[in-house]
Amino acid sequence: MRNPVPALTPEEFAQRFSDLHPPFTPQETVVEASRCLFCFDAPCTAACPTHIDVPRFIKKITTGNWRGSALTILDSNILGLSCSRVCPVDVLCEGACVMHRYNKEPIEIGRLQRAAMDWFYSHGPGLPAAAHQHDKRVACIGAGPASLACAAELRRCGYGVTIFDRRPMAGGLNTYGIAEYKLRPADSLKEVDLVRSMGVEFKLGMEVDLDKLEGEFDAIFVGVGLGAVHKLGVPGEDLTGVVDALRFIADYKTASIPVGRRVAVIGAGNTAIDAATAARRLGAEEIHIVYRRGEAEMPAFEYEYEIAKLDGIRFHWRTQVVRIHGATTVEAIECTRGGAESFHLPCDMVILSIGQSRLMEFLSRCRGVEVNQGQVSVRRETGQTANPKYFAGGDCVNGGREVVDAVADGKRAAAGIAAMLGGEARHG
Amino acid sequence: MADLTTLFAGKIRCPNPFWLASGPPANCGDQVMRAFDAGWGGAVWKTLGEPIVNVSSRYSSVDWNGQRMMGLNNIELITDRSLDVNLREISEVKKRYPHHAVIASLMVESRREAWHEMVRRAEDAGADGLELNFGCPHGMSERGMGSAVGQVPEYCSLITEWVKEAARTPVLIKLTPNVTDIRAIARAARTGGADGLSAINTINSITGIDLDTFVPRPDVGGASAHGGYCGPAIKPIALHLVQQIAGDPEVGLPVSGIGGISGWRDAAEFILLGCQSVQLCTAPMHWGFRIVEDMIDGLKNWMDEKGFRTIEDFRGLSLPRVKDWKDLNLNFKIVARIDPEKCIGCDLCYIACWDGAHQCIHIDGFDRPEQLTEASRARIAVTPIPKLDGVSANGSDKTPPARIPRVDEDECVGCNLCWLVCPVENCITMERIDRGVPEESWEQRMGSRS
Repeated sequence: MRNPVPALTPEEFAQRFSDLHPPFTPQETVVEASRCLFCFDAPCTAACPTHIDVPRFIKKITTGNWRGSALTILDSNILGLSCSRVCPVDVLCEGACVMHRYNKEPIEIGRLQRAAMDWFYSHGPGLPAAAHQHDKRVACIGAGPASLACAAELRRCGYGVTIFDRRPMAGGLNTYGIAEYKLRPADSLKEVDLVRSMGVEFKLGMEVDLDKLEGEFDAIFVGVGLGAVHKLGVPGEDLTGVVDALRFIADYKTASIPVGRRVAVIGAGNTAIDAATAARRLGAEEIHIVYRRGEAEMPAFEYEYEIAKLDGIRFHWRTQVVRIHGATTVEAIECTRGGAESFHLPCDMVILSIGQSRLMEFLSRCRGVEVNQGQVSVRRETGQTANPKYFAGGDCVNGGREVVDAVADGKRAAAGIAAMLGGEARHG
Repeated sequence: MADLTTLFAGKIRCPNPFWLASGPPANCGDQVMRAFDAGWGGAVWKTLGEPIVNVSSRYSSVDWNGQRMMGLNNIELITDRSLDVNLREISEVKKRYPHHAVIASLMVESRREAWHEMVRRAEDAGADGLELNFGCPHGMSERGMGSAVGQVPEYCSLITEWVKEAARTPVLIKLTPNVTDIRAIARAARTGGADGLSAINTINSITGIDLDTFVPRPDVGGASAHGGYCGPAIKPIALHLVQQIAGDPEVGLPVSGIGGISGWRDAAEFILLGCQSVQLCTAPMHWGFRIVEDMIDGLKNWMDEKGFRTIEDFRGLSLPRVKDWKDLNLNFKIVARIDPEKCIGCDLCYIACWDGAHQCIHIDGFDRPEQLTEASRARIAVTPIPKLDGVSANGSDKTPPARIPRVDEDECVGCNLCWLVCPVENCITMERIDRGVPEESWEQRMGSRS
C-alpha cells in the first residue's frame, strides 16, 4: 500500500475507538429509568424482535433490582449486552416509545439495557446451569448470534447443544464485524462465555462434516450467515490495497494494521460506514464513500449516516467505479457519474462494501434444504427448512439484518426444534 | 394589584403571610435577616428553652421517582444555642426589621414559674408573639415536653393558662398531629386562652431502613430513633387537620398553617381552608430562602386573576366545601372520556381500570388484558430497514387506533382512577352526565325511608 498511516499504539487505539455512547452514571440511570411510563402491553416490547419486556426491566432498575433487571433482558435475549450496544434502537424499541407522541425524548432504552448488562457482567453469578433433561442433541453450525441464541434457548429447554464454527473465535460478526466503538470483541466473547456456561459445547476452527453431524445429532440448526463481500467485477480489483470491508473490520479489531492516507469505500450500507469511520479513527486523512445510487436509496441507517458526516467523510452519490488504477498497488479509482466523462479519485486504499455473497456451496450440501435466491427457505414461526431435521436462522435466512433479528430467529428455531423433538418450548 | 399584607390574630402584622416555621432555617439572627431580605414576611424562631445537645446525623428523607426529599424526617431537638444569644439576636432582628413578624417558639419544663420567666424574657427581647411548642414528637417528648404536653388536653390548657397569665403578645399553640382527634387539643388550647393555633407539627416517623446494615435512618452510630416527618408528602394530612380545627365552631381560633407547603399553590390551599398565615421549613431547607420570591409573585398573580385584593377576600372559601360523606350528592354522575387525538397509547388507564378499578375500559378485540400481552408476544417483529423495506420507522406521531382504549360509559362508576394515571394533560376528562335526577344525599335517602 502507498502512503500507509502508521498503526496505532494500543493507547491511541483505545482512545480513538472509545464508546460512541458512554455508559450512564448510576444517578443518570435512575433518573432516566424513572421517566419510563411503564406502559401496559408496551409498544417498545412489541417492536423488539426478541420481545424483551422493556418496562419490566426498566422498572427493576428503579427499584434497585439489578440482577432481576438483567435476567429479564437475558430471558428474552441472551445477547442483551451486544444488542444494547449495536441495535438500531431508533427504528426499534426507542422508535416505538410513546414519548414521541408526548413531545418528549423517548426513553433511552438501549443505554438502560446496557447499564443492566454491565451490572450483570461485572457482578455474577451468571445464569443457572440448565439441568440435562433430554438425551436429544442439537448441532448449531456457525457461532454467530443466531446460533448462540438458538443454543442458549435449547439449553434452557434441557437439550444438549454443540456449536461448530470454522473461525477460531465464536460470536460471528459480533466478534469480527462490528465497529469497535460500538462493540468490542471482548464484550462479544463475554456473551459467548455466558452461553458456554449454560452447558453449550463449542467446536471452533473446524469445518463440519454434514454426514457425520446428521448421524450424531437429532436436529441441525444452520446459522452460517453470509459469505465474503461481493467483488466489484472491474479491472484492478486484485491490486494491493483493495480489501473486503468485513475483512478490514475483522483485521483492525483483532490486530494492529495500517491504513491508507486516502481511502475510498465502495458502497453505502451500515458496514461501509463502519469501515469508513474505522479508517478515519485509524488515521486516514481523506475518506470517500462512493455509491452507485442516491442519498435517498442509501441502505445505512440515518444515525450511521450522521456518524459518517460528523467524521468528515465525503459522499459521492450516483457514482460508479469502472476501474481501479495502479502499478502493483492502488493509486486511484476511476468513476463515472450520470454518463459524464469519467474522473479519477486518487486513493491509497479501496474498501469494498457492496453486500455479502451467499454461501451457496455450503448450503447446497445441506440435504433437502431449499434455498431461494441465496436465502434458506424456512417457516417463519419455527425456522424449519424443507428438511424437517434442519432449521435455520439469521443472515443466511433473512439476507443480512440486525443482530437482534438473528437472535429472534435463533430463539424461534429453538422452540421449533424443541417441538419437533417432542419437548416443550419455554415460551413463544 | 393584590395586597398580601397580613394581620394575624388581629395583632401580628407583616408584609405577607409567608413565615419561616420554627426549625433549622430560623436557627439564628443572620438566617432570619437573610430570609427577610429575600422576602419572607415573618419567622418563628427555632424553639427557645434550656439548651440541649444534639446527635449526628439528624435528618433522613424519602426520595421518589428519582426526585429528592418528597418527605423529610428529623431528630434534631430545640435550639442548642444559649438563651442569651438567641434573645440578643431576636432584639437585633426586630430593631432592623420592625415591620416583619418575629415569633418566639418556646418550650420549657412544665413549671408555671419557668414558663412565666421564659415568656417575660422573649417578649422583652421584642417578640411579636409566642408559639408554644406542644408538638415536637421526638426527644423532648421523652422529657415530658413538646408533644407529651400536646397529647393531653388538660396539660395543654393548663400550660396555656400559665403563659397567658404572663403574656402581653398573642399566644399560639403549635399542635401535634400525633393524636386521635386534634380537635380535642385545639379546644383545650382555646379553653386555656390561646390566641391562635399553628398546625401541624411533624408526624412520628421512621423514614426507612438501610437494607445492608438494617439500621433505620438517620443512622446515629448503628441505631436510630423515631423522628418527625415533614415535607411535600405530609401536605394532605396537614390540610385535613387544618380543616378539622378551622372548621370546628368550638375552636374558633386563627390558624397558622404548616405541613408540606412548597410554593404559592400549597399556601393558597391552606388559606382557602381558613389559615391567616402559613409556615414553611422543608422547602427553604431544600431550596433556600429564594423560593419566597415565586410564592409572593405567584400568589399575587393568582389573586389578581381571581379578583381577590386581599388575603381576607379568599380566606376560608373552601371550608363550606368540606362536608361529611353522608351529605354528598349520591346522584352526581361523571364518566371518563378519552380523547383519541391526545392519547399516546400507553394503556395505563386500561390496566389500572382492569386491575385497580371496575373493568370498564376496553381494548377492542380482547376480552382480558392477558390476551393482549399474549398476542403481542406471539407477533413476529423484524428490524424495519426503511430504505430497504420501503416501510416507515416506528414512532409515528399518530397513535395506532388499536392502542386507544374505549370507556364503557354505562359501566364506568366515575372513580377518577384512569384520569389520575393518565400521563397526558386533558387526555382523559371526567364528564358530567346529567340524568335529570334531583340531588339526594345518603342522609336524605335514609331519612326518607324511616
